[in-house]
Amino acid sequence: MKKKSLILLAASGVLAGATIFGTVLAADISGAGASFPYPVYAKWADSYKKSANVNLNYQSIGSGGGIKQIIAKTVTFGATDAPMKAEDLEKNGLVQFPTVIGGVVPVVNLDGIKPGAVKIDGATLGQIFLGNIKTWNDPAIAKLNPGVNLPNTAIAIVHRSDGSGTTFLFTNYLGKVSKEWDDKVGVSTAVKWPAGIGAKGNEGVANTVAQTKGAIGYVEYAYAKQNKLTHLNLINKDGKTVEPSIAAFQAAAAGADWAKAKGFNLIITDQAGEKTWPIAGATFILIRKQPADAAAATDALKFFDWAYKNGAKEAETLDYVPLPDATIALIRKEWSEIKDADGKPLYTPGS
Amino acid sequence: MNENKNAADTRLRPRGTDMVELTFDPAEARASEKTGDPRRNSQKRLILGDKFFKLLTGAAAAFVLMILFGVIFTLIEGSLPALLHFGPSFIWTEEWNPVKERFGALAPIYGTIMTSLIAMLVAVPVGLGIAIFLTELCPPFLRRPIGIAIELLAGIPSIIYGIWGLFIFAPFLQRYVQPLMIDTLGNVPGIGWLFAGPPYGIGVLTAGLILAIMVLPFIASITRDVFETVPPVLKESAYGLGATTWEVVWKIVLPYTRVGVIGGVMLALGRALGETMAITFVIGNAHRISASVLQPGTTISASIANEFVEALAELHTSSLTALGLILFVITFIVLACARLLLASLNKRAGGV
Amino acid sequence: MIDNALYRRRKLRNRFHMMMSLATAVFGLVWLVLILAMLLVKGIGGLNLAVFTQMTPPPSASGGLLNAIAGSLILTFLGVIIGTPVAVLAGTYMAEYGRYSKLTNVVRFINDILLSAPSIVIGLFVYSIMVRPMGNFSGIAGAVALAILVVPVVVRTTEDMLLLVPNQMREAAAALGAPRWTVIRYVGYRAAKTGIITGILLAIARISGETAPLLFTALNNQFWSTNIFAPMPSLPVVIFQFALSPYEDWQRLAWTGALLITVAVLTLSVLARVLVSKEAK
Repeated sequence: MKKKSLILLAASGVLAGATIFGTVLAADISGAGASFPYPVYAKWADSYKKSANVNLNYQSIGSGGGIKQIIAKTVTFGATDAPMKAEDLEKNGLVQFPTVIGGVVPVVNLDGIKPGAVKIDGATLGQIFLGNIKTWNDPAIAKLNPGVNLPNTAIAIVHRSDGSGTTFLFTNYLGKVSKEWDDKVGVSTAVKWPAGIGAKGNEGVANTVAQTKGAIGYVEYAYAKQNKLTHLNLINKDGKTVEPSIAAFQAAAAGADWAKAKGFNLIITDQAGEKTWPIAGATFILIRKQPADAAAATDALKFFDWAYKNGAKEAETLDYVPLPDATIALIRKEWSEIKDADGKPLYTPGS
Repeated sequence: MNENKNAADTRLRPRGTDMVELTFDPAEARASEKTGDPRRNSQKRLILGDKFFKLLTGAAAAFVLMILFGVIFTLIEGSLPALLHFGPSFIWTEEWNPVKERFGALAPIYGTIMTSLIAMLVAVPVGLGIAIFLTELCPPFLRRPIGIAIELLAGIPSIIYGIWGLFIFAPFLQRYVQPLMIDTLGNVPGIGWLFAGPPYGIGVLTAGLILAIMVLPFIASITRDVFETVPPVLKESAYGLGATTWEVVWKIVLPYTRVGVIGGVMLALGRALGETMAITFVIGNAHRISASVLQPGTTISASIANEFVEALAELHTSSLTALGLILFVITFIVLACARLLLASLNKRAGGV
Repeated sequence: MIDNALYRRRKLRNRFHMMMSLATAVFGLVWLVLILAMLLVKGIGGLNLAVFTQMTPPPSASGGLLNAIAGSLILTFLGVIIGTPVAVLAGTYMAEYGRYSKLTNVVRFINDILLSAPSIVIGLFVYSIMVRPMGNFSGIAGAVALAILVVPVVVRTTEDMLLLVPNQMREAAAALGAPRWTVIRYVGYRAAKTGIITGILLAIARISGETAPLLFTALNNQFWSTNIFAPMPSLPVVIFQFALSPYEDWQRLAWTGALLITVAVLTLSVLARVLVSKEAK
């Protein structure tokens, strides 16, 4: 019996301690959503804590989760890879803005083929993922790669099993370049795949491709690079062959006209430009127009302001692409939409 | 006695005082105040305490029921939109298309049953073998350590099996086991279609095998416990007649414990059906029904784990919750059968 | 002669089946050894002091798992503190007051179902009863989800252990005029103490590796956080996130975390068994 009261005592002690501790350190901002930018937000949060002593806790629960949680008001900000439409933003009282850009890269596992040795265009890529092209030495691929010795291996398609922003960008590109894809499969964070196996997360896809002879999959650039996978080069809208690189993703963003896109709802796949990588996209932050916790929302805006100013280099070391300055200026202007209860803008960034 | 009072759950003292007031008898209190009879007071407190304690424990027991009803209620509430929209055909539709918002549960149901079936096909004979080894063969000094080691396998968190399955086990199967299967079993007429296709490493078979490793300790330890309920007299008389160990196991132990073994297997099946983390990593997650077990598939729990946080459309979320409901109903039925079988064994064991 | 052949055949068959059973036992143990060996190989490389003194790092930076370990301890502790009293009381009712009542039969049945209920469903349940109404992910929601997993384990062991207490002891106490609850506390609990503690240890072992119910409840936290009303980190969720990342530092930490959890769980299970065997002596 004594033991039990002792345990109870200890419990209440811990509880009290925990809450007291909690209130002392309560300068927390919580965000949740897309898994694609999770590493860079984590890196920024760590650096920001060192300079401003504010904890920004970002958790990757998926883009859909980010949208759901900001609508349910359980987080200070949400994050999504697939931008919300302007009318949906309006309906839910949200402001949306991009943070960084990333690229999606097709990766393969073929004996004797070096990274970038094989190039492919969007239409052929669509045919492969539709399951219409079944072997690597198919004439459609051979025609694009004269002089390359393509093996007679069956193509094993690997796609994401979980809903994901990566899938959204990839299917969005295929939908733009292949009418058959648009009709049969469509564009979404999760689709009904005509063929292939699903693997969980970018890592799952990377892992499965690395282990399956004849496999083709698509992963975010960082995963292709860190796991040293064999990437394909793509033939872009201008008919030029491009290699995936930070510069090529930046080129995709440079041509985009953010000013005209309400709520920055712009998907920058299949953009014009000689050096443009065709499967690139921004990742977005969602914040309430009239946040319940104005202080936390202000802190979040301060954080992103800091990140635009100081975070570019850290983003690049993790293979993300910072936004062009003109776009950042537009975003700062957009922030005036976020207001407190009296209708005054929460935070005006000093230039 | 004072110490008693303190020990009685401190959190609930306010309600305890309530009860005392409710049954407060002024006349008696005055009397005892006058006479100052402490024994009487404490006696009363004890009886009240007993009533209160009985109520408290009963409430706690009822609370366990509340948890279950709460879970069921949330599941039904969440799956109503999907069930109303698709009707009963939800259960036998294979299509799962998030873009066009058409959902059917057949592929996950099939995958759940198929992986559990594979797991049982492997784990039941092996589990029985281990139990026979432990009860009949094993030298006594090894019996306990081995028994504990096998039970420890059950304690390893499922996420560890998942990571291990994805990074170690699946590549191993793909490189060494599956090509062999395709070349040998794949050419056997009649069952060849079960082992067709390229060796992906991950797929229904891999998931089934991981499940088998996970439920193996359950089956082994439950059957061992059940085997130990066989009265030694029965076994000894068989040995006395000159039966071999195998004959004793086959003709005495197994018939005697049949019901219990089946109950234990069903219990393990219940666990296999609901397993999430380990499966999600290795099943391949394709909403398709393929004849070959080397091909990817999906299970109910893997679909929920994969898609729930990303699902945005109400119908998608609701369909996933409906999958959860179906899983709950299936496990409920299996576990209920297991419990009833085991209970009937207990009754018989009690009767002997 | 015929008899001899039959005898030999029986002997042979016996030997064959016994070999099979030996082979299966070896097979079962091989998996345990394989999994543990792999965990050791992958996990021990990253094991150093920093793991216990530093926070989870951003990608491609060094760090540790301190906040995740602390979070896991808090969540597990709270889960047990919330779940155990209810479970012990419920088990007490089933074994003592209501041994023959209808309620007991129903609760026993339901409890056994909950014992094997998919934990991801529990996560969804707590999300809808706590996270959504309270407006944020929180450690306390995670603790409640874990508590719901603790309850069936402890209910079961409490009932079983109390039922093992011989009735003569209860009768002896009752004959001295002790009311029922005094009998339960001084006779029942005292006799069943070790068994109940074992049950609690097993429950801790069970919940300390749970990932699925924490994903939608406690969420996770990159920093040190002991505020139970804010998102709280935990070892399994961190392992889950880090193992599936492309960064080597994170993957190494994931394996180290996996090793830590497994060691903790195995220690608890062994401890529980030692307690039981001591009691048996």
